[in-house]
Amino acid sequence: MKKFKPTKKIVFASEKEMPMTPMSLGSMLYNLTGAWRNIKPVIDKAACIQCGICWKYCPDTSIYIEDEFPVIDYDYCKGCGICAEECPSKCIAMVEEEK
Amino acid sequence: MKKVMMGNHALSYGAMLARSQVIAAYPITPQTQVVELLSEMCASKALDAKFIKVESEHSAMAACLGASLAGARTFTATSAQGLALMHELLHWASGGRQPVVMGNINRAMAPGWSIWTDQNDSLSQRDTGWLQFYCASNQEVVDTVIQAFKISERFMIPSMVILDAFALSHTYEVVELPDQDKVDAYLPKFNPPFRLTPKEPHAFNALTSPDHYFELRYKLQKDMEKVPAAIEETGKEYEKAFGRYLGQVEEYHCDDADFVFVTSGTAGYTARVAVDELRKQGIKAGNLRMKVFRPFPFAKVREALAKVPKAAVVDRNCSYGHHGIFYQEIKSALYGEAKAPALFGYITGLGGRDITVEMFREIAKDTLSKPRPSEEIGWIGVKR
Amino acid sequence: MSAETKKKTMKLTLPEEELMSPGHLACQGCGATMAMRYMLKGLGQKTIVCIPACCWAVIDGPFPHSSLGIPIFHCAFEAAASTASGVKAGLEMVGDNETTVLAWAGDGGTFDIGLQALSGAAERNDDIIYVCYDNEAYMNTGIQRSSATPYGAWTTTTPVKHFKNRPKKDIVAIMAAHRIPYIATASVAYPEDLVKKAKKAKETRGTKFLHIWAPCPTGWKSRPEDTVKLARMVVQNGIFPLYEIENGETYKMTIKVAEKKPITDYVRLQGRFRHLKEDDLKVMQDEVDRKWASLQKKLI
Repeated sequence: MKKFKPTKKIVFASEKEMPMTPMSLGSMLYNLTGAWRNIKPVIDKAACIQCGICWKYCPDTSIYIEDEFPVIDYDYCKGCGICAEECPSKCIAMVEEEK
Repeated sequence: MKKVMMGNHALSYGAMLARSQVIAAYPITPQTQVVELLSEMCASKALDAKFIKVESEHSAMAACLGASLAGARTFTATSAQGLALMHELLHWASGGRQPVVMGNINRAMAPGWSIWTDQNDSLSQRDTGWLQFYCASNQEVVDTVIQAFKISERFMIPSMVILDAFALSHTYEVVELPDQDKVDAYLPKFNPPFRLTPKEPHAFNALTSPDHYFELRYKLQKDMEKVPAAIEETGKEYEKAFGRYLGQVEEYHCDDADFVFVTSGTAGYTARVAVDELRKQGIKAGNLRMKVFRPFPFAKVREALAKVPKAAVVDRNCSYGHHGIFYQEIKSALYGEAKAPALFGYITGLGGRDITVEMFREIAKDTLSKPRPSEEIGWIGVKR
Repeated sequence: MSAETKKKTMKLTLPEEELMSPGHLACQGCGATMAMRYMLKGLGQKTIVCIPACCWAVIDGPFPHSSLGIPIFHCAFEAAASTASGVKAGLEMVGDNETTVLAWAGDGGTFDIGLQALSGAAERNDDIIYVCYDNEAYMNTGIQRSSATPYGAWTTTTPVKHFKNRPKKDIVAIMAAHRIPYIATASVAYPEDLVKKAKKAKETRGTKFLHIWAPCPTGWKSRPEDTVKLARMVVQNGIFPLYEIENGETYKMTIKVAEKKPITDYVRLQGRFRHLKEDDLKVMQDEVDRKWASLQKKLI
């Protein structure tokens, strides 16, 4: 499972570049919603039981699996805290974001 | 093949010959025979199409838009209250650039309940971004439906093909039905520039910010402006294939006329009878019939009216607080023109009151007696 | 103990494919977003979704961007079902009999303004899946009451002095009365169950209706991290039992509840119920008990 790669926002210089109808031409991945976050989840890998529950419940598709462990995608994680709340081993801490 | 049929069936045959693939419609008097015949055609496989028997006109147009964006040629028909209920979706159709073709039977808006003809239903939809074609014969209905699909699909703008309640919808006339193979050659398969398909997923009609909305509507208007030339071009192509020309306006004795009636719909043919009578009496009358209302045929109207000293616009509609709608529009088209007639506006026939030859005589008399045009509405046939 | 010595592989309970990408515009802890993610895991990429006005009209992102890997028809508010019916017919006419057509509406677009079109599609038994993700009010416009808002709730149009005093409309009963082949309730706290139902709906021909419980922290005045907890509690306390109905008659529980819990804990986690007194809670509890008892009678 791969991390989502941020993309570039599509910008039209003039109407000539635009389609005739409002249709999407790219994804929302340009929108780095990680900037919304006040608190961030931090996984204590040592305490992780690899259950996948954090991945399962993430509303922002911002947890991916790498080397059989969940990884938070801070580009997009909005910091809702569901992962920490639902983690059965309580290995995810919500810590204040430093900006 | 020649066939005697009512105007409503002419709509159905037009939709059949155009090989409509999805029809979604809801019954309303006086449109019902359009959908009755189409459902029979679908059931008997005379037409290979899906007929969605929706529970309202709102759903009819919504289903048409769904089918159209999925890539199918789509037709529906309605009238008056049904058209008004659809109003929101009419904007979705044009804004989404979906070339649905719809028959609308001109019927007066309630209250009081009326099933009889006038044009306030379709003209209330003037600014929704649809092409509007007004027909005066059943032959014209069949031909216009086919041509409407061709123009709509070229520019991805929906079309309304409009006919008068009863005066045309329920009137039987001889119609020459074009050969299917010739229609197929004239109107190839619908192949839209965009569609709903998982192979190439796009999100259509999403939230559009002030950064983009303006340009999309600019493009709609720019494409609308190309339609008049395309109507002429496809009309000539149609004439070559089928022997009948479809244009934006129809002139009848306008060239040497001292004055002309400007009409739309079946009133145009009544006007012709009046023109013939007046000419027998030595009055050089003419008739300019508006076949297309949107996009407005500026060039054709100016060209036709530049030749005549006086014109009487006969409206079967009223924009309350202003004037007859064709009158307003023609007047604005002529504003600033060096050669323009003295223009008079008349309102008659609301709610299905018959428009008679006698009324045209009255209009002619009134117009010819006035030295200068006036802003006043000429009310014809109202009991006062 | 080092991480490496622990069990080697993760056993994911949901399909891995993500058809909803991040970068979308949902609020933190949005249940509606989870619902979409799970639904698409169940249905797969060969799906077209019709989305009327609702939170998801915004969540997906503005033109010219989208966060879903499937085609979307953003359609008129009251037209999710009728648009979907049209898409299905259109697809069949252009030779695509495979793609699943999904209508995806909020509770306002389903219980209220879209009910007529939904009833029409269901009566015709058009081959579509209709999902109502229910967050119990008009959240997209700023938390106004809908007919899915429960008794007792505060919304901006049911202020605490005049909180909603009518029970939530029973949409599932309405749909069951149409005798459509498949109806299911689902909750974002039970994604495996939801995905299973999505798959079953996909394999069933005719109209399918899924009612998905989707908490809204913004509108319920709940903590974003409590979304799953709240969505689990409603199943456990009987407010939103998870079951299926086949052909409008055969009721089957899919998540069994050993002991139905009282609603108090659930209510206390949400600001929208803060003003309620004991008597009001009793009215709510009685309504839950009444509906629960009525459901038990229908179960096979």
